Amino acid sequence: MITSPFLTKPTPLQLVMTKVLLALLPGIAVYVYVFGAGILIQLLLATLTALGVEAACLKLRNFPIKPFITDGSAIVTAWLLALSLPPLAPWWMIVLATAIAIGLAKHLYGGLGQNTFNPAMVGFAVMMVSFPAQMSRWAAPQAELGAAGQLAFIFTGHLAVPFDAIASATPLDTVKTTILQHGGIGELFAAPLFHAGQLGAGWLPSMMGWIALAYLAGGLWLYASKIIPWQTPVAFIASLAALSGVLHLVDPARFTSPLFHLFSGAAMLGAFFIITDPVSGPTTPRGRLIYGALIGVLVYVIRVFGGYPDGVAFAVLIMNLAAPFIDQYTQPKVFGRKGKAA
Amino acid sequence: MEMALPGDPAQEGGGVSARPIYRFNGGVHPPEHKLESSGTPVVPGPLPAQLVLPLRQSIGNAAKPLVAVGERVLKGQSIAAADGSVSAALHAPTSGTVTAIEDRLVAHPSGLAETCIVIDSDGRDEWEARTRFDWRAAHDAGDGRAIRDYLRDMGVVGLGGAVFPSHLKLAGRDALDTLIINGAECEPYITCDDRLMRERAADLVAGIRIVRQLLNAREVLIGIEDNKPEAAAALRAAIDGADIEVAVVPTLYPSGGAKQLIKLLTNIEVPSGVRSTDLGVQCFNVATVYTIYRALEHAEPVISRIVTLTGNVARPGNVEALIGTPLSDLMAFAGEQTGTREHIYGGPMMGFALPGLTAGLTKAGNCIIATTPAAFPDKGREMPCIRCGECASACPAELQPMDLYWFSRSREFGRAQERNLFDCIECGACAYVCPSSIQLVDYYRFAKSEIWAAEASKKAADKARERHEFKQFREEREKREKAERLAARQAAAAKPATTADAAAAADDAEAKAAKIKAAMARAAERKAAGETGDTQATDAMDAEKRAKIAAAMEKAAARKAHLESLQGGEAPVAEAMDKAKAEKIRAAMEAAAQRKAARDAAKADTPAQAGEADAASTAMDDAKAAKIRAAMEAAAQRKAHRESLQAAVPVAEAAPAASALDPEKAERIRAAMQKRDEEKARLAAMSPEERAALDAERQARIDAAKARAAAKKESEQ
Repeated sequence: MITSPFLTKPTPLQLVMTKVLLALLPGIAVYVYVFGAGILIQLLLATLTALGVEAACLKLRNFPIKPFITDGSAIVTAWLLALSLPPLAPWWMIVLATAIAIGLAKHLYGGLGQNTFNPAMVGFAVMMVSFPAQMSRWAAPQAELGAAGQLAFIFTGHLAVPFDAIASATPLDTVKTTILQHGGIGELFAAPLFHAGQLGAGWLPSMMGWIALAYLAGGLWLYASKIIPWQTPVAFIASLAALSGVLHLVDPARFTSPLFHLFSGAAMLGAFFIITDPVSGPTTPRGRLIYGALIGVLVYVIRVFGGYPDGVAFAVLIMNLAAPFIDQYTQPKVFGRKGKAA
Repeated sequence: MEMALPGDPAQEGGGVSARPIYRFNGGVHPPEHKLESSGTPVVPGPLPAQLVLPLRQSIGNAAKPLVAVGERVLKGQSIAAADGSVSAALHAPTSGTVTAIEDRLVAHPSGLAETCIVIDSDGRDEWEARTRFDWRAAHDAGDGRAIRDYLRDMGVVGLGGAVFPSHLKLAGRDALDTLIINGAECEPYITCDDRLMRERAADLVAGIRIVRQLLNAREVLIGIEDNKPEAAAALRAAIDGADIEVAVVPTLYPSGGAKQLIKLLTNIEVPSGVRSTDLGVQCFNVATVYTIYRALEHAEPVISRIVTLTGNVARPGNVEALIGTPLSDLMAFAGEQTGTREHIYGGPMMGFALPGLTAGLTKAGNCIIATTPAAFPDKGREMPCIRCGECASACPAELQPMDLYWFSRSREFGRAQERNLFDCIECGACAYVCPSSIQLVDYYRFAKSEIWAAEASKKAADKARERHEFKQFREEREKREKAERLAARQAAAAKPATTADAAAAADDAEAKAAKIKAAMARAAERKAAGETGDTQATDAMDAEKRAKIAAAMEKAAARKAHLESLQGGEAPVAEAMDKAKAEKIRAAMEAAAQRKAARDAAKADTPAQAGEADAASTAMDDAKAAKIRAAMEAAAQRKAHRESLQAAVPVAEAAPAASALDPEKAERIRAAMQKRDEEKARLAAMSPEERAALDAERQARIDAAKARAAAKKESEQ
């Protein structure tokens, strides 16, 4: 070591990634409560696949495997994917999605720090486009299916009861099809799907709202630990809430409330864990505000007017494309040059 | 971000100051490690047997030696004089004999040797006779220059680490709004300013009052970080008045950077490239002010400084050491222990690892840290940047360090410069916080040095070009003068001739003038085409001309080949048979050439035709050949110019750039075209021998131009 500074603050990359994983734990715990232990199998499958593919890619690229595989970034990608796919999806789906995320979206672009697109969202989008049927087969919350049953179903596809008996569309999906068929929401929210369970909190739009709430808690902790900036999540939540709020006021029969939008689908997971991915997003403070706000708009537009029930993945991928431009035009003024025009 | 934080009265020893503190962006707070060395008083350093004094002790020029090897010198004697204004003198720190003036290892990260004066001390430490300089009289007489020159000759430079010659900071304006005395000492480990403020507060305050008087400053603030309450208290006690205010700032690296301290205390941001004096603020380090006081009131040049010796030593503390003391002597003095890995000169954030301890202490040397792997663990492996933005949050210059890193790494130095690379103060806060352990500052240093190198080589190339152009100009002027003398002699010879001859000469002159006019018109046309940016038209013109030239050359080649084949012993039968025919063909070709030349001449020189009706066809051919040559030369020049333009701008932008030539270049081109036209006109008046000589020379020049253009292109790619 010859050059200054000779001191470093001990916050290595591993610690950053570990904190992100820790922040996901409350969400995962609630997920298990709502959907059963199947998600743990998915998380394990995703993790193993991610590490395997990461190691293979590093080997092929003649990179040292140990320092890179232990940085934790591949596991973050894997977990985000597992939490986005249906909990009872067949095993090969999460394996394929993770392999695409790590192999294609990350390493083909040059590995850690070089990827233009959020790897987890690339994996998700590829699955969404390639296997739309499987991707929309969600189990109903608290379906009567034990951990062993879920394990068997994920690996063999065999089920003691017909899948339809435990299957359910997501709230977002249900709302979308109902509005398409009937032109309005009607009495839809009286259905059991839209009850948050016996835990109270009647304002939550569904059981899945509890998971979103846990993501929110983890996200706030991440912000408090200075791992993520405030601009991206705040701008995203504000724009999604504002847009859904205005349209909800205009026509409540057709447009669901901001609470429904914020606590359904991948909105909260996205707000704190996906759109905050620094590699594929902008770096300037103003840029992050713009980026988050535009993702919020796109999510709402895709959910309400587009062909898919949720829009986080596609919104993120579209805005990933725009990130360099946003950075280009939002450069902050430097010390001593604020008076002058840029 | 410009939040005014009222100072915490608890930290200000009695709440004297209610001055608002204006935060700068970012900053870091590494472990301070100041207590190891701040607890004990400053002790006098050793008197070493030999002193090694580098001539370069300040920013700017190294001092020029005034002594010779073998000379005896006294303590305080000037041994090297300032070289120019950005420089300062150097003095013998003790009495002894100059034993060498040679390259020695100096305290510089490069590990290169530089010229040093080596003095073997005689142990007597005998002072030179000193007389006090009456700076007050000089000041009252308005002779600030004399005071500044005196300080320069006393070797006073900034002792905070930047070693900027202090006299330069005292020059200038009639009055100053705020004089800031920098006692922040924000780097970890360093405590020399802290001890100075605690122990020599009275002298320091006297020095501050002198500087204030010299600068005619309205207010004076001493900025001290809140981790040095003893220093703040000592100064407050010594001030005993309301003319100087001690302002306590939060401990946050790099608050001791001049720009950051100015921002903290006045909310003024000094942009890079702007002198703070122009914004009404000036900043002096406490140790510098102390040496100003010693120089002006005690006639003591800068021959020692307080240096913190800390880290892996038995007796960490501060030592008042003679400049030139070998660093190994200092470390031995502090009781260096085994297990030291390296020595940091300066602080751990901005200092550098010493290449060796044989170097002598310099005026910049405020701290030496003996490091151990335990206190300075290896940084982790450099991982890829994940653009987390931690560096941007830490950057006091409010840059986007991750972008600068990216541009520096990919050698996009232009873009790095656009993003204000040169506003970086290299404080190291970004590298300190980087979770990927990237040595960011190294990348900025690399980019800066590459840009400086490119600028230096561009300057050198510009100089060479100017020299070459001047040489061309001179040669042409000489030729022109020669031609004029020749013409004058000819005219003198023609004088006694008949009136008919005179009339012919007049006709000739008229014809020449007409030719020149036509040439100028053509040049103007071309210029107009070039100016309207109609590159297509010029291209078309060029293509046409090139085609014509090519055709002419082909024809000539064919003729030559034919002639050779005729003369060169083909089958004798064919020769006999073809001889007559060839003769005929040659005649016909010659006639055709004549006709064409006549046509061309008629086109360009219609008014001249009458006067030249009986001119020999050979003369006409010559004129035509000259024209072709000129055209070829012009084409070559244009091509070289186009190539240089293409090299200067990215290919996609070549066309608009051609039209958007900067005016200076356009002017140069115009001048060159004019010169060429003059030349052409002159050519017509020359003898064939002269012309041949000129052609050879011109070819050489074209080749040189081509080589230059190629070199430029290469250097810019």
